[in-house]
Amino acid sequence: MAYPYVHEREVRVISRNFGDPAARTLDGYRERDGYRGLERALEIGPAAVIDEVKASGLRGRGGAGFPTGLKWSFMPKAAVKPHYLLCNADESEPGTFKDRELIRWDPHQLIEGCLIAAYAMGSRHAYIYLRGEFFEASQVIARAVEEAYEGGFAGEDILGSGTHIDVTVHVGAGAYICGEETGLMNSLEGRRGEPRVKPPFPAAVGVYSMPTTINNVETLAAVPHIVRYGGEWYRQWGTDKSPGTKLFCVSGHVEKPGNYELPLGFPMMELIEDVCGGVAEGRALKSVIPGGSSVPLMDVEDCRECTLCYEGVEAAGSMLGCASVIVMDDRTNIVREVRRMVQFYAHESCGQCTPCREGTSWMTQVLRRIEAGRGAESDLDTLLDMSAQMTGTTICVLSDSAAAPVVSSIEKFRDEYLALIHGGATAEVA
Amino acid sequence: MSTVTLTIDGRRVTVPEGTSLLHAAEEIGVEVPHYCYHPALSAPAQCRLCLVDVEGAPKPMPSCVTQAQDGQVVRTDEGLAREMRKGVLEFYLINHPLDCPICDQSGECKLQDYVHSEGRAHGRGVEPKRVFGRDDFGGDVLFYGDRCVMCTRCVRFMEEMAQDPVLTVVERGDRAVIDTFFEQGLKDSPWSGNIVDICPVGALVSKDFLHKARAWDLDHTPSVCPNCSQGCNIDIHTRDNVVHRLKPRENPEVNGHWMCDYGRGQYEWMNRSDRLEEPFVRGEGGWSAPGWDGALASLRERLEGCRGPVHAVASAHASNEDLGALRELAERLGGGDIVYRSPRAPDEVPMPGFPVLTRRRDLAPNTRGAELLGLRRVGSDDATGGLDEAAAATGALIVLGDELADQPEDFGSRAELFVYLGAHPAQAARSAHFVLPVTTFAEQEGTFTNVQTRVQRFEPALRAAGDAQPAWQVLGSLTASLAGEPVPASAAEAFGRLAAGVPEFEGLGYDRLGVHGAPANRPAAVAGER
Repeated sequence: MAYPYVHEREVRVISRNFGDPAARTLDGYRERDGYRGLERALEIGPAAVIDEVKASGLRGRGGAGFPTGLKWSFMPKAAVKPHYLLCNADESEPGTFKDRELIRWDPHQLIEGCLIAAYAMGSRHAYIYLRGEFFEASQVIARAVEEAYEGGFAGEDILGSGTHIDVTVHVGAGAYICGEETGLMNSLEGRRGEPRVKPPFPAAVGVYSMPTTINNVETLAAVPHIVRYGGEWYRQWGTDKSPGTKLFCVSGHVEKPGNYELPLGFPMMELIEDVCGGVAEGRALKSVIPGGSSVPLMDVEDCRECTLCYEGVEAAGSMLGCASVIVMDDRTNIVREVRRMVQFYAHESCGQCTPCREGTSWMTQVLRRIEAGRGAESDLDTLLDMSAQMTGTTICVLSDSAAAPVVSSIEKFRDEYLALIHGGATAEVA
Repeated sequence: MSTVTLTIDGRRVTVPEGTSLLHAAEEIGVEVPHYCYHPALSAPAQCRLCLVDVEGAPKPMPSCVTQAQDGQVVRTDEGLAREMRKGVLEFYLINHPLDCPICDQSGECKLQDYVHSEGRAHGRGVEPKRVFGRDDFGGDVLFYGDRCVMCTRCVRFMEEMAQDPVLTVVERGDRAVIDTFFEQGLKDSPWSGNIVDICPVGALVSKDFLHKARAWDLDHTPSVCPNCSQGCNIDIHTRDNVVHRLKPRENPEVNGHWMCDYGRGQYEWMNRSDRLEEPFVRGEGGWSAPGWDGALASLRERLEGCRGPVHAVASAHASNEDLGALRELAERLGGGDIVYRSPRAPDEVPMPGFPVLTRRRDLAPNTRGAELLGLRRVGSDDATGGLDEAAAATGALIVLGDELADQPEDFGSRAELFVYLGAHPAQAARSAHFVLPVTTFAEQEGTFTNVQTRVQRFEPALRAAGDAQPAWQVLGSLTASLAGEPVPASAAEAFGRLAAGVPEFEGLGYDRLGVHGAPANRPAAVAGER
């Protein structure tokens, strides 16, 4: 079948319209039962919507996995000040490409999710903050927002209910740090995209200093289905602690890379071997990064018993993150890969906090030197020391993210570092 | 106000609710190293140097923005806190050029201080350093990008205090650098010198001071800015009896942590070398220099025969003590009119974020004091004219401190007795019978009364030129000898004598004035302005 690859074991809830261009239009979306979740939300009222989302156990899909219903309940109940809903569509974690697809193929599903969430939290305005590089997606979502207004699903008096919710699409200028929730808020306000010190938390002081909830695209995309069919329905998939389905962005050395929607708790090896058709060219697996570049690397041993849910990946020593599975085969130069990732963080550090500003760039230089065969064993201690100084010491977790692959790679692939250090740049590391 | 009690480094401290850990630590004399935090500016908590270890917290907490809580146990001096600081300091040095030998900040640099006290003994950085080079920010400010620690105090000062956001951070990561908007930069800012003061390292330096002196060679003397009636508290920095720069000295009632560029820039006159260095007496045979004893003896003789209204021209740059001694002498001689001239700017320049501090219209430090002592302002706003009456005086004429630059050479030639007291030679003093050298404010102890009617002390930063003496001493000893009273032995005594005769100063004394001054006995309303 069409959309790059699909697999029979997939459970296509939020990705049901992937590969189906007709679903992009309002009419097409309506024909596929679109906006039924919004209709039900307006029937049952905000409190019941939050209860339904709580019951579903839906966890934030942006990486942290915080329970969505609980997050929504942090918003002040009394509407003394304006409330805002932000949709974080600044998808920029290396290895992640799920939100782009959700927006490209099914923009109304996201808009519906935003409207329901805004309605549940008494927000009259939802912003969709889109990554600057998403040109096509920005055109698609902008058109869909227009249609939603024309069809009476957004704006004043939604579906005759008297509810007023505006939806605004804002396109960023292309900075990874603007995907950090408070960095995004600064960027939306027209300031430098620099994360803010917390507390205060966004539910108290968010965008424009008003109570704000910020959710990932994939989280909001699941909401219409949960509200329409109920929280219990959503729990038919996944594990007790990680209910529901999740998009897995598989990239790297597999035969069939792509987005696969699977129930949480799916075994990692089956994802690689079965769903993705195995490691490319029949080579052997060396390492997997299960949740985007900011989580620790796993070696083959870690992968073997790992199930892909929040608690399962944690038990295997890493994090599910946003489920961006990067598969590396036995030819991969781990030091080079780690250097490339850290270099990304050095480039994307906002530069506020000293450990991150200086540390990410210093790490890159040290790794580059090791890669070039000019390293020393003491460099590994320095890297680990630096990593400790960069973990938990800054305003946001960007520097923690840079440190995670360094620490895990030195721990699990120390031999590769030593080979380069002792054997020079041409050493056989694979 | 409710309070909280916590333990910092094993010592209990009670502070008002809402106090930051950094301030709570200060209460017990513990300085937590910090860069981005400045008490007058917002706290971005980004330098990560003030991280402390709070028992029960999942990670080290920035003490500048973490509020003290009841029962909290905080460590600033060991374990995690010390390790974190050591790490952050190492990060700072990764790209810092360590060009201390040619850096003006050396000796008063917080990076130097912190690294010496608790950094690593040896750096591990072997990679090439990032280079930004030097940038002219306009005004008196030069930027050395390589030395910058990215605390953004300067950016926040321009935003929050000057409210003229001409500085910003451009780029990100370790390419982030402070820069100006457009080419003019700080050129038109009246407050830009303050960013040099608050820069914790040598990234922002003064062009005027560049490579003039090492910080450790400078003597700091507490004083008061003499360049307008605001009376900003300052330190005069001198080396080898030469003033090299003026720096603001904190006084929350007057100038906060700041001073204006106008005041800061005008100090070269204190270093003038064309000075009157000994007393001169004009007699039948022309000028002679008989020394102080001789000059004062013959002046006393002349004054004894001198009765009737005295004409006196004083200066609002003279101290309360000097003006008080002049008034006392004039009264002794039968009273008379004392006038002064002083320059006035067309407008005031308030600091938007701290409007208590304003560069005042009155560009002399003691106009308020002169007013309180009953002196009358004459002349125009450029401190010229207005001396027709004095010039035509036939009795006694005394000039103190006014250089009479706009007056003809025959000024005072009709006066029966013309006494000129000044620091510098004056063409218009040719007709004087006595030319007596007095010290500038920078060479003597004294007080000024500022625009808020606040009396503030200053101390001598320079040695007197030649035999110059403070005017209060010269005039005071004349009055004393005429009255048969003891001569005032110190500025404090001269002020005490003044305070006895001026109700506004009653009860004030040098001890009470302390280092930050005190309001005179009248409403501290801003009087005499506009």
